[in-house]
Amino acid sequence: MANEEFEPLIIGFCCNWCSYAGADLAGVSRLQYPPNLRIVRVMCSGMVHPNLVIDALTKGADGVIICGCHLGDCHYLDGNVKAENRKEAIELMLEDFGVEPERFRLEWISASEGPRFAKVIREMTESVRALGPSPYRA
Amino acid sequence: MITLTIDDKKVEVEDGSTILRAAQKHGIHIPTLCDFRSLAPYGACRVCLVEIVGSRDSWISASCVYAAHEGMVVKTDTERVLKTRRMMLELLLARCPDAPRIKEMAAGMGIEESRFPKQNDDCILCGLCTRICAERMGVGAVSFANRGSERKVTTPYDKHSPICIACGACQVVCPTNAVDLSEVTSNVPRPIASEYDMGLAGRSSIYIPFPQAVPKVAVIDRDTCMHFLNGVCESCAEFCEAGAIDYEQEDQIEQVDVGAVVLAPGYEHFDPDMKKELGYARYPNVISSMQFERLLSASGPYLGEILRSSDQKHPKRVAWIQCVGSREVDRNYCSSVCCMYATKEAIIAKEHQPDLDCTIFFIDMRAFGKGFDAYYERAKELGVRYIRCYPSSVKEVPGTKDLKITYMKDDGDITTEEFNMVVLSTGLRPPKEVRELADKFGVKLNEHGFADTQGFAPVETSKPGVYVCGPFAGPKDIPETVTEASAGAGKAMALLKEQRGTLITHKEYPPEKDVSGQEPRIGVFVCHCGRNIGGYADVPSVVEYAKTLPNVVLAEDNLYTCSTDTQQRITELIAEHDLNRVVVASCSPRTHEPLFRDTCRQAGLNEYLFEMANIRDQCTWVHMNQPEEATRKSKDLVRMAVAKARLLEPLSKGTLKVNNDALVIGGGIAGMTAALNLADQGFKVHLVEKEQQLGGNFRHVHSLLNGSDTQRKLNDAIESVTSHPDISVYMESLITSAEGSVGNFKSTVQHNGQSTEVSHGAVIVATGAEEYEPTEYLYGKNSAVITQRGLEEWIHEGRPELKNARAVAMIQCVGSREEARPYCSRICCSQAVKNAIAIREAQPDTQVYILYRDIRTYGLLEEYYRQARAKGVLFIRYQEDQKPEVSANNGALEVSCVDPILNKPIRIDCDVVVLAAAIVPGDGVDEVGKLYKIPLNQDKFFLEAHMKLRPIDFANDGVFMCGLAHCPKSVDESIAQAQAAAARAATILSKDEIELDATISEVVDANCDGCAYCIDPCPYNAFTLIEYMYQGSIKKTVDRDAALCKGCGVCQATCPKKGIFIRGFRLEQLGAMVDAALIGE
Repeated sequence: MANEEFEPLIIGFCCNWCSYAGADLAGVSRLQYPPNLRIVRVMCSGMVHPNLVIDALTKGADGVIICGCHLGDCHYLDGNVKAENRKEAIELMLEDFGVEPERFRLEWISASEGPRFAKVIREMTESVRALGPSPYRA
Repeated sequence: MITLTIDDKKVEVEDGSTILRAAQKHGIHIPTLCDFRSLAPYGACRVCLVEIVGSRDSWISASCVYAAHEGMVVKTDTERVLKTRRMMLELLLARCPDAPRIKEMAAGMGIEESRFPKQNDDCILCGLCTRICAERMGVGAVSFANRGSERKVTTPYDKHSPICIACGACQVVCPTNAVDLSEVTSNVPRPIASEYDMGLAGRSSIYIPFPQAVPKVAVIDRDTCMHFLNGVCESCAEFCEAGAIDYEQEDQIEQVDVGAVVLAPGYEHFDPDMKKELGYARYPNVISSMQFERLLSASGPYLGEILRSSDQKHPKRVAWIQCVGSREVDRNYCSSVCCMYATKEAIIAKEHQPDLDCTIFFIDMRAFGKGFDAYYERAKELGVRYIRCYPSSVKEVPGTKDLKITYMKDDGDITTEEFNMVVLSTGLRPPKEVRELADKFGVKLNEHGFADTQGFAPVETSKPGVYVCGPFAGPKDIPETVTEASAGAGKAMALLKEQRGTLITHKEYPPEKDVSGQEPRIGVFVCHCGRNIGGYADVPSVVEYAKTLPNVVLAEDNLYTCSTDTQQRITELIAEHDLNRVVVASCSPRTHEPLFRDTCRQAGLNEYLFEMANIRDQCTWVHMNQPEEATRKSKDLVRMAVAKARLLEPLSKGTLKVNNDALVIGGGIAGMTAALNLADQGFKVHLVEKEQQLGGNFRHVHSLLNGSDTQRKLNDAIESVTSHPDISVYMESLITSAEGSVGNFKSTVQHNGQSTEVSHGAVIVATGAEEYEPTEYLYGKNSAVITQRGLEEWIHEGRPELKNARAVAMIQCVGSREEARPYCSRICCSQAVKNAIAIREAQPDTQVYILYRDIRTYGLLEEYYRQARAKGVLFIRYQEDQKPEVSANNGALEVSCVDPILNKPIRIDCDVVVLAAAIVPGDGVDEVGKLYKIPLNQDKFFLEAHMKLRPIDFANDGVFMCGLAHCPKSVDESIAQAQAAAARAATILSKDEIELDATISEVVDANCDGCAYCIDPCPYNAFTLIEYMYQGSIKKTVDRDAALCKGCGVCQATCPKKGIFIRGFRLEQLGAMVDAALIGE
């Protein structure tokens, strides 16, 4: 990079059935979004242990996003509901660790929502950029 | 081949290639404006300048016209190149200061403003338009005229070209959007409408039909392709690096020998163009419901925004008009799905645009399906306005292009309202080509062109062995369509049982290498995917980087890693380098993981020792203008994949022996049909009925609208079931306990205190439902107040009370569609119509009144509603908050209600009052639900795995349902679902063993302390808490049923002690990927 502007690093946990497919569709549709996201494929948003989120953010990730199927569309009936139930706990824990809750997001993106995937990542990148580097960044 | 050096990188290209092509082929970006792959190099824009280093000096030249030669050295990013390129762009920017592409390119080189005086031209004289017109389209309608500063692109004599074919190629290639076709030709260009976007957007002549297309490959539309029309162009062949364009391809005729055929040609929408009065195709803001679906779609023409095509503005008021092309004189059927899709569209539209005012004009709200009425009520709560009227016309307001609808209000007043958009809810009809298809197979069609099926045989056509499913046999929704699809398969399977499995071939694999205890030896294969990855990221540097990662012993790049020769090469390299992990960095595992896993297996490597990095769909394709970032991210993604690969373990798919017998619970028409189909397929069936007789509710059905002989059908079914050697019938019996899971259930059948244990591989729940016993309208107090079922008995028996009746009043929705039971019982409207017609036919002097809320004679039943009215049955609507009242005076009955149109009370003197009593779930459904771990919905009907797509299955494998236990439905619908349930069960029973997923949960007994946190969240009830003695004390742990677990991982995320994990997605594996992402290069 020519300038020294802060480039956030965002970890995305995307469920295999909807949001990972949505990310693929964004690609197939050549929708451009910032290159700050690193996707970890999981089978369901309900598979993501809160510790994975906390660890990522306390090891220096500037943001973490979990993406799942829309409520009611979960491949595993209601794994996404369970992911949503954990959201508050994750936010409370982040508060204890001194991490702004805005660094963590939970979004529902379907396999047909390529444009939405690109939009969400654009927004997330900008909002995390505005927050500045993670307090845990080395 | 020749070798040259570009930016210190040795590259190999074919002889005759230009420097620009050589650079492009190897992912080195050189900007250009006048280059187009299918046109001869031209050298007009001078943006692609590079420095050519000679032995003594170096010089600047345009790379697009300079042939590469052996040993030449080229630099694309020296200060001299950039300075000259900047100058060229500054000059171009001065000429065309408003051209977006030039502005963007200039900005990319740090130029915001040109120092030269602006000329406000829009053409850079690159000649792309003249070249494509002459070289590719063979027309030559436009050309350069004049010289020097007067040079311009124009037609001869600046007049409309007589030879231009308005193909639009010049517009497509122009980098500055300078072409105005109306200046070139008087021919009007004919845009190609996208079929997928229902004409709301365009498409090209070579295109992928829709994002979910299978296979997802491009097709050429021969009707619009210039090559097929005029023998010209062939540009796509130049662009396709895979060489996949084949203009010679012809249809191939293949012959297959089959024993049964299932026809599923689907439906078409009624063409709203035929309703001129509603303004479709005349007014831009009158659209069809399918067009509105596209507007709502995130992949639609406006990316999910609801915009009017006339002015691209958000509408504020949208109206839907129902029954367009349905319930008419010449199409006298109800399309069954439009009421609900319009409601859905309105709800989703309001989600997109909460202040949107949605109005639905309808005749009867036919929300007859499972859960539909609750959805309808929700729409009303959300503010969707329903107006009971079919507007006769739609008129456009000049200027605003808004639309005026005149309609009659509930009170009879005529009023006019304006809307910004009108959606026509078009009905379903058989596809045009279907007549030919039907002729070929000798299948009879009915008067509307739907397949003519007979009662009790909903998926059978007039031709034995030819089955039908879906809307081809009459309009229907997705669940019924899916059900019939399985039913068709079930019938075909019974017919062809001797042939089952005879066409299956098994692939042979070498024995699997034991890699346990080995240090990981990882091979990384990075794909160029033609230019899809290599054109944007520096693949060779990704490969070099991969070689530096721990445990990577081999890394290489491939033009296409998925090609057959590369698969062969990977197999060889696995053996040669003794690789025990493979990483492919290419596209999406969702499409290509199975292929590469198979390659691993071919090499004797466990297929789960494979990992993918998605550097195309999720990197180069979405960062096309950021080659450096794309390269860096590719390296990161490869590092993450390698980090996970190091922790991968070989996994195996467990297998489970399958018991091939079935258990069917319930001996009504659904249960008997399911049992018979399974037995016809060759399976042994245990049929359990709690009553003394088989038949269930069907015993009380004495006639059907289609004239079928119900009692004969009942007796035939009972005879077939009881005499079938493979069906064991257990009368007056109940299931008292059940254990096991898919493939291996054990259920206890109790009869007269005696228990029998039955082993079975699948279970079909056909426990039925009951008629509601009304507490209202004097039922049970006055013997002349009966239910529709009672009336059917009276008609059948010829009871004098009915014969002598002067008037019969029927009240609909008794116990349905109200707070206690907010669902529609679906069949009562047609049952009332059936009985009313029977009375009027037998006793024309007996007046019949039907008091209804909505008449829901959906699908082809609509015809009987018309017949009933023609026979003089009087239909009187009442409203939920003004229910009828029934009183008895000296033996005579009086029914009173308020007519909402007259807004006046009506009194009907009658001798018999017939109540359309609701269908209510049977006793004992809770017990059955508990036994087989299957859920009920709030109305106590069994809850399917998916409302639309899996109406017969449960989340628990091996358990299926049919009939009224699922929801209210007609006899034929129950039969179709029963055949479908049998087909679904057969998918398990026909196997000797089933393969289980490998990537499922695994309990770490040492970590598990039996806290049981994982048990309740598991959506599949796969866990049981168990206790055992360990070192003298009780140890608690959970036991996972491999047949139930689907690997969703909710348990892994719930467990506080790492006591359970998902194979292939362990916390350590996911954590390693995160760590790898964070450490950076």
